[in-house]
Amino acid sequence: MKAKDTLLYLDGVSVSFDGFRAINNLSLVLQAGEMRAVIGPNGAGKTTMMDIITGKTRPDTGDVYFKGEIDLTRHDEAEIALLGIGRKFQKPTVFESHTVEDNLMLALAGPRSAFSALFHRQSADEAERIDDILHTIRLHTKRDWLAANLSHGQKQWLEIGMLLAQDPKLLLVDEPVAGMTDAETAETAKLLREIAKTRSVLVVEHDMHFVRELDVKVTCLHEGSVLAEGSLDYVSNDQRVIEVYLGR
Amino acid sequence: MITQWFFTHVDRRGAIVIALLVALACLVPLSNLLLPPTSALHVPTYLVSLIGKYLTYALLAVALDLVWGFCGILSLGHGAFFALGGYAMGMYLMRQIGPRGVYADPVLPDFMVFLNWKELPWFWHGFNHFWFAALMVVLVPGILAFGFGWLAFRSRVTGVYLSIITQALTYALLLAFFRNDMGFGGNNGLTDFKDILGFNIQADSTRSMLFAATALFLALAVFVTSFIVRSKLGKVLVGVRDAESRMRFLGYRVDRYKLFVWTVSAMMAGIAGALYVPQVGIINPSEFEPANSIEAVIWVAVGGRGTIIGPILGAVLVNFGKTYFTAAFPEIWLFALGALFILVTLFLPKGILGLYGTWETKRKDRIARKRSEPGSPATERATPIAEPQAAE
Repeated sequence: MKAKDTLLYLDGVSVSFDGFRAINNLSLVLQAGEMRAVIGPNGAGKTTMMDIITGKTRPDTGDVYFKGEIDLTRHDEAEIALLGIGRKFQKPTVFESHTVEDNLMLALAGPRSAFSALFHRQSADEAERIDDILHTIRLHTKRDWLAANLSHGQKQWLEIGMLLAQDPKLLLVDEPVAGMTDAETAETAKLLREIAKTRSVLVVEHDMHFVRELDVKVTCLHEGSVLAEGSLDYVSNDQRVIEVYLGR
Repeated sequence: MITQWFFTHVDRRGAIVIALLVALACLVPLSNLLLPPTSALHVPTYLVSLIGKYLTYALLAVALDLVWGFCGILSLGHGAFFALGGYAMGMYLMRQIGPRGVYADPVLPDFMVFLNWKELPWFWHGFNHFWFAALMVVLVPGILAFGFGWLAFRSRVTGVYLSIITQALTYALLLAFFRNDMGFGGNNGLTDFKDILGFNIQADSTRSMLFAATALFLALAVFVTSFIVRSKLGKVLVGVRDAESRMRFLGYRVDRYKLFVWTVSAMMAGIAGALYVPQVGIINPSEFEPANSIEAVIWVAVGGRGTIIGPILGAVLVNFGKTYFTAAFPEIWLFALGALFILVTLFLPKGILGLYGTWETKRKDRIARKRSEPGSPATERATPIAEPQAAE
């Protein structure tokens, strides 16, 4: 497959840390507007893959292209974020000493230079966008709360809201429902499906129940490369996947 | 219009402190110069200079709070910027002595004659002009901080590693300035000043004016820091402090933000040093002592970091204590300082002002509960300004 016409294109990517091959000849293609779930046992390289896409880690070999032509291995985190790739961490990472609203304000797409930030004034348009996102992530009644005072699940949503505010083309979401209640998990699946209507999403998740609710194509990683890819039913019936991941 | 502009950039606490400082800048000189020494309200000159010195420390503390309290950069070398500003001012004051030195050389300061130098080193040129020296007071610390920060922040040196390098920076400067051939008076530094801007530096009126200038610059620093901290840039800084990589993944160039605030802070520290030197009458390499920089960190911690006002309080209180204790119990002063730092870290992690903040929050919380609206946001809201986490 050609890198052209794809949103995200990884081909033959490998990276080692101190001799340990975290990613081994990994190839993965994501189309524009697609949502994909990535599963796999611990140490399969899921988080490292995200590190490579977002510029935190440089691959030893292989191609990583965004929108078919942008070589992501040549950019750093801030540049990649501005190109339109947002990332949600495994552990909810929000600015605890800022209010919910300020968290979103900081994430909102717009100029990022220090000078413009010093003399920044919130426009009506920005306020409206923040309002919209607050409703989407169901936190509009808590806009003045310090993020530190939110529950675990609410922090996860706030972080997703911050990604939305960034207005990315591609969203990388690392274990969004870890530590959530069942009700929150169901809500989150709904939220992600809503988001995926307008942009591409790559979700890493362990919770098979949640993956089933997402109802999208699944990629199973193992020891740094793709073990199986297809619908959840197809992947979960694969003999090797059962062996290394699902267990029997 | 101007007042409205002013109040959008400063909170109530900041405005009160700025007003107090401006009042001090007017009243203390008036009391010193106009009231007879017998009057109860007369402020003696030694006290004017002493408080003036404390206020320059407070200015250094505000500068440190800007980087440490709001951006999480723990500098253990801010004394270096303070001393460099001081040296720039000291060089101007040396040049002002002119032929009145012990060796009566019209151009060369005494220590150069003593070292048998025939010519003024190139970097001493221009310092006979006040405007040039004033420029150097901010430029020299600013350029050093910019270069240092550019290297350190781009390489993503953070946390304790950065603190150690800042410590090394000030120590390296200490050793360099001790050397006679550096051309800054070596061990003895610069002293025996006579005039500043044509006025006798020992005169009561000059000392009062230096005090007023210090109070006004401190007020300005409070305003500038408030302006920075309350802008979106300030919120980015707090974001960097609390979750640096999140900020990066949002697309912010964290290193540039740090570099900006680091340089501004160093310039403020330079101004503090420049105001300090004419009031104490000497600048020597001991100002670069790492211990000085660490003391400044203690002032900020005691007052409450991330509060702007707290560090002023901390600097004045700790130094007042120092003045008293070093006279009353000279042997135990250092133990007292150490104990203070330990006690504050253990029991007042947010400093004196943080204690007040906690008390305020609890009070508001009680009021909110009395209104008995379960789940109303007010019950869970904490103090509005950025709250630092436990000390690093």
